Amino acid sequence: MALIRDIAQVCKSKNAGPFMVTIDVLFEDPAVYRRVKATGVLNAALFARLYSVAEADVLFTPYDTASAFKATLPRLVPAGDFGDTDVYGAQQHAPLLDVDIPL
Amino acid sequence: MKTFTMLSTSGILGYGYAEESLRIGMSRKPQVIGCDGGSTDPGPHYLGAGTSFCSRLSVKRDLRLMLQAAVAANIPCIIGTSGGAGGEPHLQDTAALVREIAREEKLSFRMALIHAEQDKPWLTERLGRTRPLAKLPPLDAATIDRATRIVGMMGPEPIARALDGGAQVILAGRSSDPAQWAAPAIRAGMAPAPSWYAGKMLECGAEPTTPKEPDCLLVTIEGDHLTCEPPNPIRRCTPLSVANFALHENSSPIHHVEPGGLLDTSDVTFEAMTDRVVKVAGMRWTPAATYTVKLEGVELAGYRAITICATRDPVLISQIDDYLATHRAKVAAKAADFGVPAESYRMSVRTIGRDAVMAGWEPVKTVTSHELGFIVEVLAETQDVANAVLAMARTSLLHADFAGRLCKEGNMAFPFSPSDIPLGALYRFSIFHVVAPDDPYEMFPIEYEKVG
Repeated sequence: MALIRDIAQVCKSKNAGPFMVTIDVLFEDPAVYRRVKATGVLNAALFARLYSVAEADVLFTPYDTASAFKATLPRLVPAGDFGDTDVYGAQQHAPLLDVDIPL
Repeated sequence: MKTFTMLSTSGILGYGYAEESLRIGMSRKPQVIGCDGGSTDPGPHYLGAGTSFCSRLSVKRDLRLMLQAAVAANIPCIIGTSGGAGGEPHLQDTAALVREIAREEKLSFRMALIHAEQDKPWLTERLGRTRPLAKLPPLDAATIDRATRIVGMMGPEPIARALDGGAQVILAGRSSDPAQWAAPAIRAGMAPAPSWYAGKMLECGAEPTTPKEPDCLLVTIEGDHLTCEPPNPIRRCTPLSVANFALHENSSPIHHVEPGGLLDTSDVTFEAMTDRVVKVAGMRWTPAATYTVKLEGVELAGYRAITICATRDPVLISQIDDYLATHRAKVAAKAADFGVPAESYRMSVRTIGRDAVMAGWEPVKTVTSHELGFIVEVLAETQDVANAVLAMARTSLLHADFAGRLCKEGNMAFPFSPSDIPLGALYRFSIFHVVAPDDPYEMFPIEYEKVG
């Protein structure tokens, strides 16, 4: 078993336009990426659960070229609107750090 | 084979770069120098207010060195999304800065301003040719009418036309981030796919490098591929640093929708040529059937005031949810007493140490911190009402009673006097749609002037 925080080299979030946030996990070693991908743990359903959004609203893309996973989902509040907590969307990655991958 | 080299100086004009990076970069004889001037990332305020999120001093420093370098090398200097949001005030402020620098440094050149702010009646006529993005409702005349400011995001065509018009310095209003780079490259005969991808790499300066900080980046297009290299010797491009950036701010890592087509990066490869130069190949460009331009617009949502405070009291921290609920009710009653009913304002209290970063997405439900910070925010129709409710919220948070209270002189530490900060107008993004213009130019008129 391995936590994302211990095996990924990048785990980050950022706005993808004012209404969406995009979360990326990158691996430096393509072999590790392939093993993580083979477990099937990272998928749209996981992001839907972690961020309480409908699975249909999660655009999940494994990107083999970059040994990366990307998930894009709707923000809770549009960037900068009343009640927004993170205008740049740069600090929404943390729930992913503790996801356990059965390697 | 013909090559085309471009130098991007920083992530955003005004974020800074090492002067030595610019010098080394220019020694590589780039055919274009430029920098992206903006983004929607800092939020809707700047488009609404007509101001920049970078300081005039820092923008002037970055711009001065770039203009001097471009004039000395006799190459174009292109600024995308001028002034942060690319509206008319942003463009005019940047143009004033360029004229000021030219005067101070005795520089002379032909300049083009490419306007991107959109005319409401024109857009209303085109409603039938618009389509919403990000699940927004279809655009209607009332939304256009309410908007404080609307910009269109230009593609490379108006920028290439300004180069045709003999401009050496081009200030573009709102522009698609890669467009300012795709324009000169495609115009020089480079293939669209690597030209657009080069733009993707250059749009944030040295972000595809490690260590990743605002600085310069060189990209050279050669045939069907490109290479990325930071001029600053302390930085390197590695396959990981370039791949990391390839994911930046896009909803999909493989499909990048641009005004005139789609950049498909599904089969891209990143190859280390040296320990600090990466070759990127395999990108594809598919022209779109219909040319579309993204629209960004904001509307006024009221006026805000905030205050910041914190508690170190363990008795209060142990019952913070109840305390904040009681506080909300007390504020409502007192505001009603001075003539402001609860429905005429909105109050939010962010609790730092609990869920101030992720709000409803925060998975950690227990508070373990020995201190909690609070940002109290009030939104109302006028600044006066926002200030009044906020002042009442501040004093209630400081003095309200709670069970077992020992700190009877006050519940909160306020770090500032004045404690209350009027934030001014709150703008919200109201338009995030695309429109199909007659051609890539009609929304972006070009104006030329001789500077110096």
